[in-house]
Amino acid sequence: ALAAREKKKEEEEEMNYFPDEVIEHVFDFVTSHKDRNAISLVCKSWFKIERYSRQRVFIGNCYAVNPVRLLRRFPCLKSLTLKGKPHFADFNLVPHEWGGFVQPWIEALARSRVGLEELRLKRMVVTDESLELLSRSFSSFKSLVLVSCEGFTTDGLASIAANCRHLRDLDLQENEIDDHRGQWLSCFPDTCTTLVTLNFACLEGETNLVALERLVARSPNLKSLKLNRAVPLDALARLMACAPQIVDLGVGSYENDPDSESYLKLEAAIKKCTSLRSLSGFLEAAPHCLSAFHPICHNLTSLNLSYAAEINGSHLIKLIQHCKKLQRLWILDSIGDKGLVVVASTCKELQELRVFPSDLLGVGNTAVTEEGLVAISAGCPKLHSILYFCQQMTNAALITVAKNCPNFVRFRLCILEPNKPDHLTSQPLDEGFGAIVQACKNLRRLSLSGLLTDQIFLYIGMFATELEMLSIAFAGDTDKGMLYVLNGCKKMRKLEIRDSPFGDTALLADVNKYETMRSLWMSSCEVTLGGCKRLAQKAPWLNVEIIDENDNNRMEQNGHEESQKVDKLYLYRTVVGTRTDAPPFVSIL
Amino acid sequence: KSCVALQLKKPKESQMSPEEELQSNVSVASSSPTSNGISRNASGGLKEHNYLGLSDCSSVGSSTLSGLVEDDKATISLKATELTLGLPGSRSPARDTDLNLLSPAKLDEKPFFPLLPSKDEICSSSQKNIASGNKRGFSDTMDQFSEAKSSVYTEKNWMFPEAAATQSVIKKEVTQNIPKGQSSTTNNSSSPPAAKAQIVGWPPVRSYRKNTLATTCKNSDEVDGRPGSGALFVKVSMDGAPYLRKVDLRSYTNYGELSSALEKMFTTFTLGQCGSNGAAGKDMLSETKLKDLLNGKDYVLTYEDKDGDWMLVGDVPWEMFIDVCKKLKIMKGCDAIGLAAAPRAMEKSKMRA
Repeated sequence: ALAAREKKKEEEEEMNYFPDEVIEHVFDFVTSHKDRNAISLVCKSWFKIERYSRQRVFIGNCYAVNPVRLLRRFPCLKSLTLKGKPHFADFNLVPHEWGGFVQPWIEALARSRVGLEELRLKRMVVTDESLELLSRSFSSFKSLVLVSCEGFTTDGLASIAANCRHLRDLDLQENEIDDHRGQWLSCFPDTCTTLVTLNFACLEGETNLVALERLVARSPNLKSLKLNRAVPLDALARLMACAPQIVDLGVGSYENDPDSESYLKLEAAIKKCTSLRSLSGFLEAAPHCLSAFHPICHNLTSLNLSYAAEINGSHLIKLIQHCKKLQRLWILDSIGDKGLVVVASTCKELQELRVFPSDLLGVGNTAVTEEGLVAISAGCPKLHSILYFCQQMTNAALITVAKNCPNFVRFRLCILEPNKPDHLTSQPLDEGFGAIVQACKNLRRLSLSGLLTDQIFLYIGMFATELEMLSIAFAGDTDKGMLYVLNGCKKMRKLEIRDSPFGDTALLADVNKYETMRSLWMSSCEVTLGGCKRLAQKAPWLNVEIIDENDNNRMEQNGHEESQKVDKLYLYRTVVGTRTDAPPFVSIL
Repeated sequence: KSCVALQLKKPKESQMSPEEELQSNVSVASSSPTSNGISRNASGGLKEHNYLGLSDCSSVGSSTLSGLVEDDKATISLKATELTLGLPGSRSPARDTDLNLLSPAKLDEKPFFPLLPSKDEICSSSQKNIASGNKRGFSDTMDQFSEAKSSVYTEKNWMFPEAAATQSVIKKEVTQNIPKGQSSTTNNSSSPPAAKAQIVGWPPVRSYRKNTLATTCKNSDEVDGRPGSGALFVKVSMDGAPYLRKVDLRSYTNYGELSSALEKMFTTFTLGQCGSNGAAGKDMLSETKLKDLLNGKDYVLTYEDKDGDWMLVGDVPWEMFIDVCKKLKIMKGCDAIGLAAAPRAMEKSKMRA
């Protein structure tokens, strides 16, 4: 009777009209993290079904949660993505020892015997020990993607190569790896034939070319191959000859004036790579050799020449003129405004453009201005994502861009000189950026630069309803600026601010706001230690970190403590309280 | 066999076999422990080398190179890699043409982070010319000291951010900053437009990207008349310090500047170790305190080169140094004695011959 009553109760409470297995099958089609998170909130039973069936877990801040809770909730996970340091760590604003260690995660996963197949890490500290443990603990491990990580050497890569029998992806993007010039490539056993992605472009040392060629030759599924600087042109030709199925190629070194035989071999090999869609690298490149790639350019959808410092504008343009199907282009500003005009008239399918500065000294050698940006906006109707470094900008140009391209999802403009106004009118750029946020209703990410007052933040608060990430530097006048943003942008997740006059009033105005956000970074602003302490008191579910590299003991100094300005503040919501691995120069209030 | 702490690092681009031969012959000759200075070196440890003592060392090398075209690397290599017994600082301007290896070296007792310069090191005027065009460097400050007392020196030249007295000096230094990355040695390249003070983390470009572009530019034969762009970040660790730092080698133009910067970065730590009298520690250094510190712990600046070997900083010209330096480490003097052993340096130079 008890059982019958319970069953009836269950039936009444459940929203399900189908057995769990059916629901689960339906859930299989829901792959985005956001959607799966939403599903899990519908009811208890859906929460339960969803958690047991979730295979891919994304953790945007590794300190928001811990391995124990991860495994408790998602015991069947197969893929884990973790992000460690805050974004501004990319620009040397976060000391190396700040944190973001992957070791405890791998240890916990190994102990739990979860069937991990994929690990994707960004801005984390990875050691050889971690890699070794990873390689030995998961027999089905297939995919390792490390982006902007550090702390490991090629010895760690050797463990991965040697022990992961079914390795499919080894993708190392812009990591700092100590290259011991060992033989990690030879550590792939002869039986390893499953590679699909091999990206070691960021390794600085020599590469065992024989081992590499053998590896590529026995990997029929290899689709993405990105070589480092140490792979010369003749080796490239041989590699392409054994992997004509390649889809994504990163060229390493592209010598000056190779002998004609090497060049011809390369040409012949390239012509056979009819599946090639993405090209990158060219760290050392001879412009004359670029023409070997012209035959396949019409197939390219992605081109990254942003490291090709030696290719001048005209050769870039010659190459790009063949790339009519390009969807993504990363390039240096040496292409010039004229080059961007060519891009605008050639690449009608362009969706994402990044123009990086070639001259980082900012001494006036710049080649792109607002004109290039306007040309692109006029010529590329599908453009939704842009990162543009330039020396100067005008409100008029930005207003035109906004009119031409109301579809921006990501808009990042970096005027190299801080606080620079509209160079024609000397006005702040509030109106220009304002036009962007007003026109682009789907804008999710925005980076500001140039001379900006509180006004732009009013616009952002009013119009940028979908904005999730905002980067502010040298902008604003008063706390009002920050308040406009915090009040207006309901979907804000990551707010990072440097060198702007926002202080305690803004910081403390709405403490609960931070529960809806992943994190807030403020450096060289006006927030004080006292303000941060008050915040920490009001919000125990936040980790309020003060990073102070200059003096470990500053916190304990007598007098005027509360009014002391905080150099770097990083706060984030967390369900697991204060972290225990913080270095001495980080105080968690 | 006691050996001289000589180091010869061939720059990547050098193709000078006849000179190489000359130098390897030379290196063999100098390995015999005849000179007084040599044995003192080996046994006396590193105290007697002034690797960071002066910007003189690289400045001298640099000053004689100032007339050269920037990418005339072969010539730079020849002069600069000449093996000598002398301390970098004691090299006379005439030295570069003089291949006399056994000229007497001035082996003074100097600490590695010479917070108190010795009165002996008066800069030559040629160095001053170099330094004058740049950010107020070591040699400028040295000149001042040679007239003033040490207390003035410490106040003016070791500019701790917190020290109010030095505030104006800091500002001055910042505003007369030459864009980093410019070689201080080339007076013939067009002078850059108004210098901009470098802001940490600006422009927002990943260090990885900066380093990669910088390496690419360096390796290209043609510089396009432009200085190497971008930064060159290397990690700096210090024995016993709880954290490591990163410095952009291209933001300095000589060893003196690097030394000052490292000093600033790591001083709080070393002073912390001093213990007593913490009040004065952070802001001003008293002369006696420094002496105590330095007598107690010698620190040596070492670097890991492209071959993975650890070498002492200061023996090669600055331009060559930033070409090969991958990492920096501030070691305790006693720990670094092994690095001074010449056999490895000798072997390397022979291997390259």
